[in-house]
Amino acid sequence: MTRVWSWVALAVGVVYFALPLIGTVEFSLRKRRGEYSLDAYREVLGDPRFQETFAYSVVMALVTIAFGILLVVPTAYWVRLKLPRLRPVVEFITLLPLVIPAIVIVFGYIRLFNTSSILPLTGSARGTDLLLMFGYATLALPYMYRAVDTGLRTIDVATLTEAAQSLGAGWVTILGRLILPNVLVAVLSGAFLTFAIVIGEFTMAALLNRPAFGPYMQLLGANKAYEPAALAVIAFAITWACMGLIQLATRLQRHTRAQRR
Amino acid sequence: MAEVSAAEGARSAARMRLPWHWIGIVPFIAFALLFLILPTLQIVVGAFRTPAGAFTLENIRGLFTPSIMASYWISIKISVASALLGCLIGFAMAAGITVGGLPAWVRGPLLTFSGVASNFAGVPLAFAFLATLGRVGLVTLLLRDWFGINIYAMGFNILSFWGLTIVYLFFQIPLMVLIITPALDGLKREWREAADILGASGFQYWRMVALPILFPSLLGTFALLFANAFGAVATAIALTGSSLSIVPIVLFAQIRGDVLGNPHLGYALAFGMIVVTAIANFAYIWLRARSERWLR
Repeated sequence: MTRVWSWVALAVGVVYFALPLIGTVEFSLRKRRGEYSLDAYREVLGDPRFQETFAYSVVMALVTIAFGILLVVPTAYWVRLKLPRLRPVVEFITLLPLVIPAIVIVFGYIRLFNTSSILPLTGSARGTDLLLMFGYATLALPYMYRAVDTGLRTIDVATLTEAAQSLGAGWVTILGRLILPNVLVAVLSGAFLTFAIVIGEFTMAALLNRPAFGPYMQLLGANKAYEPAALAVIAFAITWACMGLIQLATRLQRHTRAQRR
Repeated sequence: MAEVSAAEGARSAARMRLPWHWIGIVPFIAFALLFLILPTLQIVVGAFRTPAGAFTLENIRGLFTPSIMASYWISIKISVASALLGCLIGFAMAAGITVGGLPAWVRGPLLTFSGVASNFAGVPLAFAFLATLGRVGLVTLLLRDWFGINIYAMGFNILSFWGLTIVYLFFQIPLMVLIITPALDGLKREWREAADILGASGFQYWRMVALPILFPSLLGTFALLFANAFGAVATAIALTGSSLSIVPIVLFAQIRGDVLGNPHLGYALAFGMIVVTAIANFAYIWLRARSERWLR
């Protein structure tokens, strides 16, 4: 009886999730009247605005990932090693972006960093890019921190640090050549997740007026019929690739761990 | 918040006598203050200020107009409905792959797909559903041509309460599956066997053993899904333009062009969003503390 209900639940889920994907693919092929074609994709990929905004978002994602790693790995390490009493506080802060809507955070940015403030980041294009990057890092913080913290749990931070210190390693060496390689898989999953979040992000980029991929997609959606469906297929493929890479990284780690034993 | 951590940092530093012990956390605290806490406080403070800077409750009172209240109400309804349905369907699917006897090969693909779908939100998700359930979408046309059912003639509209709820479920259900599967894995086989030996029916086992144990996780996920839907902007805007005035859309328009005609009313609107998600999360923390008392 339980098994029957399980199959029913699964079937409902499969239908619900498969239909929009099939629908989108089918719709994206309908641009030419009467036959299926890849015209919509050709149109989208050939659009210079697509190339510009996509490149912009990829660069933003990479910079966000680099910044996120530099911020989160030392912090999570330090909290585990030296300030375990602060852990609940830090964890609470990292979870805040899940509770405070992104639109509220970016509204605060616009007010806090406007041209007449002490830190007028929104005054220049570069400054706004920087602000947007910090915003993305905030959005990715819950995922990045949790991934790295889980990774740190599997290694003996204190012993490794003492061993490195007694061999004369400084903090940069410890973090860069000892901790980072040990939590690399965790860092990578955090990085790919960050990439998936940043690449299609709409709210922050739109309200800060930066030429990112998310606002471009929205604009295209308001003006075209078949191209948005093609974009959705492309975006879905990117998300899928990011998640696939996370799985791959995890599997590689399991493999090497097993060999070591 | 900042005071607490600063005080704690100072205390533990004093205990360890070396002041640079807490320096390691300064970059993080500075980042959190500058780009998370201060911007939020800025909005909260702005909600209680007049344009001249004096304290006022006028902005908050300004929220209690029929149109703004209607925005909050439809937002809360969509968030509750999508979170509740997401929890129910996600739970059923997660239960299927953990304790429900589905073959083992279903599990991996389902979890991987959940990881993808829970991150497939925003603008592309809206496009996917417009291509499926829009006026000329695949499902709309198939229902019309094969079964003679014209859902739009029957009053369905993707730009509506139910339309948006169905779309949000696309990321709500997978999120539930991802979070609740580990919790379901934590249910020990012994508990089920013990309940069986004592003569409990399957229903009794779920009502008196499994669900109370899962209760905190279920509530926590519900609160998370609620906040997730309540703050979703991109999907709604790409889907509806501005024809459905849920709170995030009103706020978006307000930030873009001050449609309410009063910047400080905008802060109050954003403050209201924080209050709603905060209530959802504090309700979760409180209920969880209560349920954990029973678990001891």
